Amino acid sequence: MKRINNFTWLIGGPQGSGVDSSANTFAKTCASIGLYIFGKREYHSNIKGAHSYYPITVSEKPIRSHTDSIDILATFEKETLTLHKENVVENGIIIFDKDYDVDLNHNKYTLVPLPFNDIIKEAAVKFQREKDYSKLQIMRNVITVAASLAILNLDAEYLIKTLESVFTGRRSKLLEINIFAANLTYEYIKSNSFNQKSIYELKPIENHESLVLTSGTTATAIGKIAGGCKFQTYYPITPASDESEYLEAHPEYGVVVVQTEDEIAAICMAIGASLAGVRASTSTSGPGFSLMAEAQGWAGINEVPVVIFNYQRGGPSTGLPTRHEQGDLEFALHAGHSEFPRIVLSPGDIEESFYLAIESFNLAEKYQLPVVFLSDKAIANSIQTVKSFNLSNIQIERGKMLSDKDLSILLEKEGKYKRFKITEDGISPRIILGQGTFWNTGDEHDEFGHICEESNNRTIMFDKRMRKMNTIIKELDISLKYRMYGPENADYTLIGWGSVKGPILDTLEELNKYYKINFLQIILLKPFPSEEILPIIKNSKMLIGIEMNYSGQLCNLIRKETGIKVNKRILKWNGRSFSREEIFKGVIDAINLDQENIVCKSGI
Amino acid sequence: MAYKISDLKTDYQSDWCPGCGDFGILNAIMSALVDLQLDLNKVVLVSGIGCSGKTPHYINTAGIHTLHGRDIPFASGIKLANPELTVIVTGGDGNTYGIGAGHFLNAGRRNIDITCLVFNNGVYGLTKGQASPTLKLGMKTKSLPLPNINEAINPLVVAISCGYTFVARSYAYDVKHLKEIIKQAILHKGLSLVDILQPCPSYNDIHTKEYFEQVVNNSKRIYKLEETGYDGEIKDPNNPEEIQQKLLQAITKSQEWGEKIPIGVFYKINLPTLTDRLKERYKNDINPSKDNIEQNGKPTTDISKLIEEIEVKRYIRG
Repeated sequence: MKRINNFTWLIGGPQGSGVDSSANTFAKTCASIGLYIFGKREYHSNIKGAHSYYPITVSEKPIRSHTDSIDILATFEKETLTLHKENVVENGIIIFDKDYDVDLNHNKYTLVPLPFNDIIKEAAVKFQREKDYSKLQIMRNVITVAASLAILNLDAEYLIKTLESVFTGRRSKLLEINIFAANLTYEYIKSNSFNQKSIYELKPIENHESLVLTSGTTATAIGKIAGGCKFQTYYPITPASDESEYLEAHPEYGVVVVQTEDEIAAICMAIGASLAGVRASTSTSGPGFSLMAEAQGWAGINEVPVVIFNYQRGGPSTGLPTRHEQGDLEFALHAGHSEFPRIVLSPGDIEESFYLAIESFNLAEKYQLPVVFLSDKAIANSIQTVKSFNLSNIQIERGKMLSDKDLSILLEKEGKYKRFKITEDGISPRIILGQGTFWNTGDEHDEFGHICEESNNRTIMFDKRMRKMNTIIKELDISLKYRMYGPENADYTLIGWGSVKGPILDTLEELNKYYKINFLQIILLKPFPSEEILPIIKNSKMLIGIEMNYSGQLCNLIRKETGIKVNKRILKWNGRSFSREEIFKGVIDAINLDQENIVCKSGI
Repeated sequence: MAYKISDLKTDYQSDWCPGCGDFGILNAIMSALVDLQLDLNKVVLVSGIGCSGKTPHYINTAGIHTLHGRDIPFASGIKLANPELTVIVTGGDGNTYGIGAGHFLNAGRRNIDITCLVFNNGVYGLTKGQASPTLKLGMKTKSLPLPNINEAINPLVVAISCGYTFVARSYAYDVKHLKEIIKQAILHKGLSLVDILQPCPSYNDIHTKEYFEQVVNNSKRIYKLEETGYDGEIKDPNNPEEIQQKLLQAITKSQEWGEKIPIGVFYKINLPTLTDRLKERYKNDINPSKDNIEQNGKPTTDISKLIEEIEVKRYIRG
């Protein structure tokens, strides 16, 4: 039986050899025929040479996660074969360099040995670039993609359209030779009838949904621009830098991007810009976020809006710098000494990253506090076809900002402006630098912002600030707190946050063939929406927490905030995000096995 | 109407020690502002932690008292967000040359148009007199149990070498000189450092008022560069020979310490500031604080081009 428009294709190779661009070309081509895409980038902390790979899953229905099993393994070097062949399914396709001496099971797989060198040589001769032969080895990428698409029986013209959109500007002079190589590859595949041996096929379908194909960092960056962010700081760090670099590459939107000397400067500069009335943010990952702890307290006590984007990666310390983890939750809730008001929220996917990025700036300004946007590597570095961003419902809310006129009326009435005026909701009217005189200090302060160690003032001022947390919980829309998926009155409730959303949603339907299961995605992690989720979690027969960390940090938080114990935990901390198969098996095991923790280990 | 020093004073009561050099610096800052008559709504004082950190609370302009050593990054963010603001940083020697050294250095690379006033007294006063980065090796102030085990850094050399375009030294008790230097620093387009020698009467019993003002070989230990014919200003920033000569002159001069201590402008050059460089990059004057990001609650930024770049384009035939 043919498998049409539904499979996982994986390309692997040494870092720097073009694995990413091959995957993007493949994904773009599949998307161009109406399909949905999910791709996951895996790489080492290395510039050139170490093994990287990129699985692309395609489907006629929206998808949000990767699979462990591989239907088509495409590569031009040996290591990928050795590492990934075990994951290739029976009757799966393996595309490899025919010059390699590898032992592959002919009975299990459809083997496609490719004459990479012959094709490159022929192209070099044709374009009189024989002396560039070693440079042209980069065309192994286009050859691999072309071979894959030819085997899948997709017309070459779709690939050529993609190549035309990829080889633009400075690279446009490479278009012709790449098309030539692609066509040669197509001829080779067809003349050897490899396409007839394949059980997989690509067929263009009608799809009228308006989609974008993008990564988490890009979606977040575009969200920032839409949300009016005009100041961004960063210190280079994986996997966060891509977002800042995107902003820097688009100066026409007027976002001032500063690469600072360290993450301490990054957050302090962003706070400074915010004091001057600009929507400001900084983007980092765990190690940088650790350095930002003290300044978060300063923003907290001085009630300055600032948004900190933390793309979590494997920790502690340098940990697994290019790999995935959701290990910073507990730290993000408490980063910095003592207590101060703050918001911690987490997008579950690329689409939510866009909207929540905008909302984060609204919340920061409305409640005058630091907002931590807790994303992760799995969202940052994945690509996905998601609904095109819709701006019609987007609001920009700047909160209690005084205009110059408001300020002069206030000064007439009250004589002096009090930056930290005691109010019922804890939020004081704000002016910005350039408008008038006010003081900030990291010390405890009076209503004017002057240092004040007086005990009664301390009691009142601390309480004023912290009161904002109640205001937030009261005012925030439910859609910013949590989301529910699946049947309403389920027996089992899966609970997760961040990127686990994708593989959970992709297995929920299948799981519901066996059990009545729903999924609670927590978005707002601080202040915690205890009252709102309590009715959901207390009626469930079994709560199953799913997290990419060692101890189940959200599960612990739920216990602390609601008193309710999450019965089972599906955990993973090997640096590779949950696959769809793992979630499926993990949930079945959690329900059936007499064991509290299910530990997942898949991934290369 | 012109404002006076009395208009610049706040109700907030100073808690510096009697005789502290900070008073002289405070007076000099206020006098400089009075002389310049800058729009006070457009002046921002940014400080770090320590006795110097309290300065903004005593002056009636916006004052941002930040974290230990982080005043320069805060100030940089403020200036970049609104280049119309005059941003003056008041930090101490421990704050700026110790915990904040990385920021002190890297600000030079940007030549951002802010003024850094460093209250340099050789000790960490507020924590009771530990040695600061400017206290020389072997010195034992009365607060130290043992002589200082670290060598001192020379902040002027550091500033000159990492890109500060106005580098000066003054003295807290010569309010008139200090005021004039501060005025020049504020008016200078680019990053300025004014290292201010400042006695700490409580903990530094070596670098006292008497020490600095002592007559050695018939003249005061502290002397003014401008009275010796020294000229640190580069007249032609496109002349590499002049730059080289003035750079070496400034570095050599700033090494002088002991019997004679020079104050004044060691080095000055006019070069494009970070705001100028951004203007080139963005092909526009950059003042993010003036961008109107919403209209009736709707975003004003049109992102349709960005969405188009990532939009899925379909090529289905027929």
